[in-house]
Amino acid sequence: MEYDVVIGLEVHSELKTKSKVFCGCKNEFGGEPNSHCCPVCIGLPGALPIPNKEAVKMTIKAGLAVGSEINDIAIFERKNYFYPDLAKAYQISQAVRPICVGGGVEIETEQGQKKFIRLNRIHLEEDAGKLIHNSKIGATMVDYNRGGVPLIEIVSEPDMSSAEEAVAYLSKLRNILQYIEVSDCKMEQGSLRCDVNISLKPKGSNELGVRAEMKNLNSFRSVSRAIEYEIKRQSRLLDEGEEVVQETRRWDDARNRSFSMRRKEDAQDYRYFPDPDLLPFKIERSLVDEVKKSMPKLREEKIQIYVNEMGLSEYDAQVLTNDLNLVKYFDKVISYFNKPKFVCNFILSTLLKKVKENESTDLIIPIDAENFANLLSMYESGEISQAICRELFDEIWENEQDCKKLVEERGLRQNNNEDEIKVMIESLINEFPQSVADYKAGNAKALSFFVGQLMKRTQGKANAQIASKLIKEMLND
Amino acid sequence: MEILNETIENISGLLKNKEISSVELVNASLKRIDETQNLNILHEVCRESAVEKAKEVDELRAKGAELSPLAGVPVVIKDNISMVGTYTTCSSKFLENYKSPYNATVVDKLQNAGAIIVGKANMDEFAMGSSSETCAFGVVHNPRNPEYVPGGSSGGSASTVAGNQCFASLGTDTGGSIRQPSSFCGVVGLKPTYGLVSRYGVVAFASSLDQVGPITKSVKDSALMLDVISGYDANEFTSAKHEPENYYENSFKNSIKGLKIGFAKEFVELLKNQEVLNSFMNAIDFFKANGAEIVDIKLPHIKDALAVYYVLSSAEAASNLARFDGIKYGVPTDEFKDLVDFYVQSRTKGFGKEVKRRIMLGNFVLSSGYFDAYYNKAKAVQNLIINEFSDAFKNCDVIISPTTPSPAFKIGEKVSNPLEMYLNDIYTVPVNIATLPAISLPCGVASNGLPLGLQIIGNRFSESKLFNLGDYFEKNCFNLREV
Repeated sequence: MEYDVVIGLEVHSELKTKSKVFCGCKNEFGGEPNSHCCPVCIGLPGALPIPNKEAVKMTIKAGLAVGSEINDIAIFERKNYFYPDLAKAYQISQAVRPICVGGGVEIETEQGQKKFIRLNRIHLEEDAGKLIHNSKIGATMVDYNRGGVPLIEIVSEPDMSSAEEAVAYLSKLRNILQYIEVSDCKMEQGSLRCDVNISLKPKGSNELGVRAEMKNLNSFRSVSRAIEYEIKRQSRLLDEGEEVVQETRRWDDARNRSFSMRRKEDAQDYRYFPDPDLLPFKIERSLVDEVKKSMPKLREEKIQIYVNEMGLSEYDAQVLTNDLNLVKYFDKVISYFNKPKFVCNFILSTLLKKVKENESTDLIIPIDAENFANLLSMYESGEISQAICRELFDEIWENEQDCKKLVEERGLRQNNNEDEIKVMIESLINEFPQSVADYKAGNAKALSFFVGQLMKRTQGKANAQIASKLIKEMLND
Repeated sequence: MEILNETIENISGLLKNKEISSVELVNASLKRIDETQNLNILHEVCRESAVEKAKEVDELRAKGAELSPLAGVPVVIKDNISMVGTYTTCSSKFLENYKSPYNATVVDKLQNAGAIIVGKANMDEFAMGSSSETCAFGVVHNPRNPEYVPGGSSGGSASTVAGNQCFASLGTDTGGSIRQPSSFCGVVGLKPTYGLVSRYGVVAFASSLDQVGPITKSVKDSALMLDVISGYDANEFTSAKHEPENYYENSFKNSIKGLKIGFAKEFVELLKNQEVLNSFMNAIDFFKANGAEIVDIKLPHIKDALAVYYVLSSAEAASNLARFDGIKYGVPTDEFKDLVDFYVQSRTKGFGKEVKRRIMLGNFVLSSGYFDAYYNKAKAVQNLIINEFSDAFKNCDVIISPTTPSPAFKIGEKVSNPLEMYLNDIYTVPVNIATLPAISLPCGVASNGLPLGLQIIGNRFSESKLFNLGDYFEKNCFNLREV
């Protein structure tokens, strides 16, 4: 049977405020376990929360960036459940009156069509601590450094219908959150997390099927694979006339499959109620206006600048601006070496391929922008050959070193001296008479043979353009 | 012994004139604590730190420093108030070994004023109870008659003042926990306006109702204490940004002429005890005779306050107490099947019966399917009660009632009947529900020899009116210390 796939996402994103959401502790990834903690975030008896205004502002910012309505009164509620990483045995979250309601983002489907994914809400809450399983001593330890870090939960409507759409949505959302500088959105560090709700229904049917919730998705790839897996699993069940049960499933990336975590019957009753320590708070219009004014340039504006002011193609600008971290890197590189088109070409042709080899969802460029700018500048001015440039790029990608120094130390400067090159060509012509004959007989391959030989002898340092011009001249003589 | 019977007002005069030293006072207090150990009033006595602090205050005074009236005065705090260097047990086995690494704001304020904290008072476990019989470390006895309960939950805090172990104490009041034991023990207890005194560092029972307040030997001492402990606290989101008033300087007018005193017949209809009724009517007659006007007011939903209270306070308590799970607090279980079993065993062992009752009730009213019928309904009735009080205060300055429907009862008498125990709080609970201030002061003695209390309720932030009327009554009508 054929099915329609219905997918909704719950995306959690850590806000990069200076301090935690209800106390003054540092909001920083890592650190000695339990070193960024105080009575409030470890939930000591008697300690009380004070909301962080910066976190509220960032949530508003996220809402404005995706066209949400900002509620004029928002309420913090307690979500009650027991778990050792939750210091107070309740999480301060929002249920009935979140800060942002509605909105949506536009994605492009595989068929190249635009599709609008509606949002249900964005709410602000606190993150839990982290459990660390120590097999050496056979114990589980708790690190509360992450406890109380501000987190926004972005809940979509079930508007997606394939893994590609889900990834496109996630990528768009990440892009927006990075651009407005509210979150680093690093999936591997957990500052961007995603749960997927997925159900199937007979093609064309209006009735929603029973959904499963997928957890533990740590990269775009695992989101995609988990959805593909779940579509197969549910359609097989339905084809065989069996029921899909409402449950939460855990994705196991290594085994490429998911496992049931808990059934609906075991679902927790979170007993939400307004937190009496945090009265309903008013969000003044003036605050919303202030946030509006502070919105940084969004992607569309950046694309305009790249195309109109720097002369990049629309396509190149799209690719570059796909990830704010790449934009930042690019802008930094051209601040040292102002040839945007040249830099962009190299990034698209060479650098992004390297990035993809990492198989990471997060953009990681191990080369300092200034060093990279120097490399490209030497290449562009003819100081080094293309071959040397590629070679050096590969080398400093693996192990960053000053590329200018390397060129000096190893004498990699390109040879542009026609007389010297001529001497070398002379000796090649004498050495390979057969190839000279081939060339004269009209075999064009012979030309590249001579160029190749020349480059080999000069370890790639000869100027390839000059060399090929001279070889042609000399063979024609 | 005689010196310990004095008010702070008098004692601070003696200290100022160096007729007595703080070290002498603290030693007298410690001696009295030792002599009355059988009453089980205090969980912990801060002997060394108290003497040390007293020496410091005496030295400062010798140097001619300008000191607060509380400087060098021995006081006690309830054992749900965090203080560095002491245990904060909430009279629960769960927190038997818990020492807070930080001070409650009220402790900082007391210490900055130079008050000497000599001990931490027993209470009903996690402040849940009206008799101090749910204390995990034994029942507290009423110093006026050890066979009787001191009331609760701040039973230790009221007893330590009534038993002359110290000059004043701090209690907490969620539904009457300062006023009811003050009435049972014959001392003055104030529940301030919600938000006036910081809750930071005070172990929460029901966060929207809890309020710290002083228990003292006189109304004026109550004002002195409130001057020290009140004020906005940036560490508490519900803290009120109320300008400091200087209650001691500005409240007392020695006159009640023209004061409009609200009287609600709903309060008297609930009353079955003739002695309580008589002492209350005496007070009304006295006020009338001295120039106050008695105004009839209506509080029709007051009878529902108790139901509202048990829904809301239990809901909040269930959530507040969930952190006590046997991992960070309490004694962990060695043998358990899984995490849930671990929690169940720890909490079964760690909590007393009354606390379990409230946790179960609280989780029930919050659970899906019941939330609207109980929690939301209770919130709606709470709003009705708030509005009724606010309407009443359009026609009067204060409202009076008995503090409790009966004088102190015998230890064990009501312990097996929780519903009857809950009825003790019918006059005090509406005040918390409406976030108002109220004071309880002695207004008579019952035939069993135990004191009776008068409650004066004010509008939000009208503590000075309560002080003035209370002081006038204490000076001119009834003062237990002179009986």
